Amino acid sequence: MKIDFSTSTPIYLQIIEEFKRQIVTGQLQPGDKVPSQRDLAAQVKVNANTVQRAYREMEILGLVETLRGQGTFVCQNQGVVEETRKEMLTNLVDEFVRAVQALGLSEEATLDVVKTRFSEIDSKEEVNNK
Amino acid sequence: MTTTNQVLVVRNLRKKYPKVEALKGIDLTMPQGEIWGLLGPNGSGKSTLLKCIVGLVNPDGGDIEIFGHSRSRHTKAQIAFVPEVENLYRWMTIRQAIDFTSTFYDDWEEERVPGLLAFMGLDPSKKVSSLSKGMRARLKLILALARKAPLLLLDEPFSGIDPASRDRIVEGIVRQFKSEEQTMIISTHAVGDTEQLFDAVVFLDEGTINLQGYAEDLRHQYGKSINDLFKEVFA
Repeated sequence: MKIDFSTSTPIYLQIIEEFKRQIVTGQLQPGDKVPSQRDLAAQVKVNANTVQRAYREMEILGLVETLRGQGTFVCQNQGVVEETRKEMLTNLVDEFVRAVQALGLSEEATLDVVKTRFSEIDSKEEVNNK
Repeated sequence: MTTTNQVLVVRNLRKKYPKVEALKGIDLTMPQGEIWGLLGPNGSGKSTLLKCIVGLVNPDGGDIEIFGHSRSRHTKAQIAFVPEVENLYRWMTIRQAIDFTSTFYDDWEEERVPGLLAFMGLDPSKKVSSLSKGMRARLKLILALARKAPLLLLDEPFSGIDPASRDRIVEGIVRQFKSEEQTMIISTHAVGDTEQLFDAVVFLDEGTINLQGYAEDLRHQYGKSINDLFKEVFA
């Protein structure tokens, strides 16, 4: 795992964000083993207590579970993945909506542009990938 | 965080040199298992504070408790101190420097030495005099990490060394530090690429503490990196 930290926000939150991102995109599948706390700390060169805090929080959120003597795994519960996806999408959309509102733009006009851009950006990337 | 017992308690610590008041009443309480950054520009009192804790400098007032005891030969043996000054004999090989250092300590763990040397990329047959400053800094860290000391004090381990050595040292500390049984203070005036190492930071300014807290709390509270806060405080 590689994380480009901004050190201006708590690092443990960024670790959690990265796990959420990987779970939502399927890079991490339910049941996958994740690095041990010590390994992750060494990989991303972060204080082990910070990583411990992130793992503890993720256990509380139900993203991962630690099995004694076996390691830490992504939770099998598919509902958690769905929930995380929804949460990330909501956060992104909230940010976008606030920015649009701050510019004083209307909902209809914005949604039209969103739809157009969706198809444009999609197709562009397909071309690029060919 | 993972606090159980206090490793270090410093109360109203004062030290005056003939021309300067180096410490003007320092208070610190440090729990076990954490890495603290002692941050401040040159001349802010960082080295004096660390040397007072080890017992190399006698304070003029206040007191220091290490694992509940005042300073003594016993507490000294529990501390691994890496000074900023060059403390290695240049004519020795790395192997000789390691063997020489190991004779001073009962808590030396020889079985860890090969792994540490390999990780730090040091060839034990090389002479200390042939090493760059960064390589000597790596060796100094090995000499501290090969001990099972419960309290490690590193004075300016990143000062004036190349980025590759700095990265190795940061990673070495992350890998080797055992939070279940160790506690570490690292003094530095170069906060940049090292701030992710620290559980908590103490800003020392002309002998007084002007900001102290857990790094993640400070980032959250100020919306800034420790490095940016440092620049602001010492601008």
